[in-house]
Amino acid sequence: MGIELLGGRILAPFFGSSVHIWGSIITVFMLSLSLGYLLGGKLSTHNPSLSKYGFIFLVASISITPISFFSQPIMAFIFTHIEDSRYGSLLASMALFFIPTVILGMISPYSVRLLVTESDKSGQIAGILYFVSTLGSALGTIITSFYFVLAFDVNSIIITFAITLGLLGLIAIMIGSNVRREAPIHA
Amino acid sequence: MLKPLFIVAMCLFSSLIFSKEIHQERSLYRNIIVEDKNDVLCLQFNTKSTQLNQSCIYKSAPNKLFFNYVKMVFSSLLYIDKPNNVLIIGLGGGTLSNVIHQLYPNASINNVEIDPAVVKVARKYFHFIETNKVISTIQDGRIFIKRAALKQKKYDWIILDAFNGDYIPEHLLTKEFFEEVKSILSPGGIIAANTFSSSKLYDHESATYYAVFGDFINVSRHNRSNRIILAGLDKMPTETEISKKATWLEPRLSTYNIDIQDIRKIIYSTQGNHDWPTDTKVLTDQYSPANLLNN
Repeated sequence: MGIELLGGRILAPFFGSSVHIWGSIITVFMLSLSLGYLLGGKLSTHNPSLSKYGFIFLVASISITPISFFSQPIMAFIFTHIEDSRYGSLLASMALFFIPTVILGMISPYSVRLLVTESDKSGQIAGILYFVSTLGSALGTIITSFYFVLAFDVNSIIITFAITLGLLGLIAIMIGSNVRREAPIHA
Repeated sequence: MLKPLFIVAMCLFSSLIFSKEIHQERSLYRNIIVEDKNDVLCLQFNTKSTQLNQSCIYKSAPNKLFFNYVKMVFSSLLYIDKPNNVLIIGLGGGTLSNVIHQLYPNASINNVEIDPAVVKVARKYFHFIETNKVISTIQDGRIFIKRAALKQKKYDWIILDAFNGDYIPEHLLTKEFFEEVKSILSPGGIIAANTFSSSKLYDHESATYYAVFGDFINVSRHNRSNRIILAGLDKMPTETEISKKATWLEPRLSTYNIDIQDIRKIIYSTQGNHDWPTDTKVLTDQYSPANLLNN
């Protein structure tokens, strides 16, 4: 959500602040999240592990970074080739946000798979996960829009998000590989 | 004790009686209200409050300008020759466009307005004049200017008037935007911006204009109320040249209730007179919390 919010900021210099900008951004985020959920769910059926989970975070972190480095040339290219700012902004948000949001969308279903051990608790765990992730989105939205934009550059905020995701991924991978090493002892 | 209360109540009561809303519409961007108050017709955004009047005209004398800041915009004419290509970002009631068209009937005027409903209201209630020379484009100002730059269009008088009382389009108040505006300014042309000036934003705005244009001109009445920024001049005319222009303009502008000699008194350059701290952060596309700074 933090990134979605900054999306408006990033697109405005090229595509303005008309209502269709938000239409483009929200469409792309919803579309890519839905695909991400599907892919994440699918992925969770193949030997799920904490390391793989961490790997998703790492890939997400890497896929966010280009937003801060290459958004200008990408948007300039789209701006010069598409006159209509509706389709321009749609294509630009697709180019910038589609891949990272698909990957971020994979996290939720994968988390369900990792946390659910008994099927009768699955609803409760899914509920908790929805709670945590939606609450996180709410916090991300308010902190970004109320405070971050007043203190930092858009790029710094994006890089901070990327680094945080990357670190979380690395931690998950480290814990995951420890668990695997210890696994035979417990078994 | 009761007397002031009584007066306030009377004022409220009378304003309820004498002002009536003649048009109300919810557009894509805002609520648009046209209010009829005795001899004055006002365009308001969002709420029915005199603080947020966007544009007002005298019904009996539509040529007489109502707002000081609109009159102050005409100080631009002291610094440029006859304008041929005028660009106005933010239409409002179309008052600026109308007066410029009447002053210079041969000048091309392009009004850019994001909200189609505003254009409609300007036509219907505020006598907004459109000819083959005076046109209006429904577009975001930033996009219009970016496209104009690509097409290498030039304007000799660019008026930025897109800020309403309670919301600033933040992408129209950044260093990158001003650089784009500068790129479509003809040699000898001028940029006039109607700006906010009563908040923390004042300093940031000054620093941003300075970063792009160097020293600029402030037109502002009592300290820090309404401020018009004049920028982008490639050469500053001498005092005698300005006086000559003022003398020529005086009778022409007085028709519109503009006292150019009086406005001259409130013009000052920022040269050697920077009233903002040197470490003020310049607003950029990366950092533009204009609305938060305006609180």
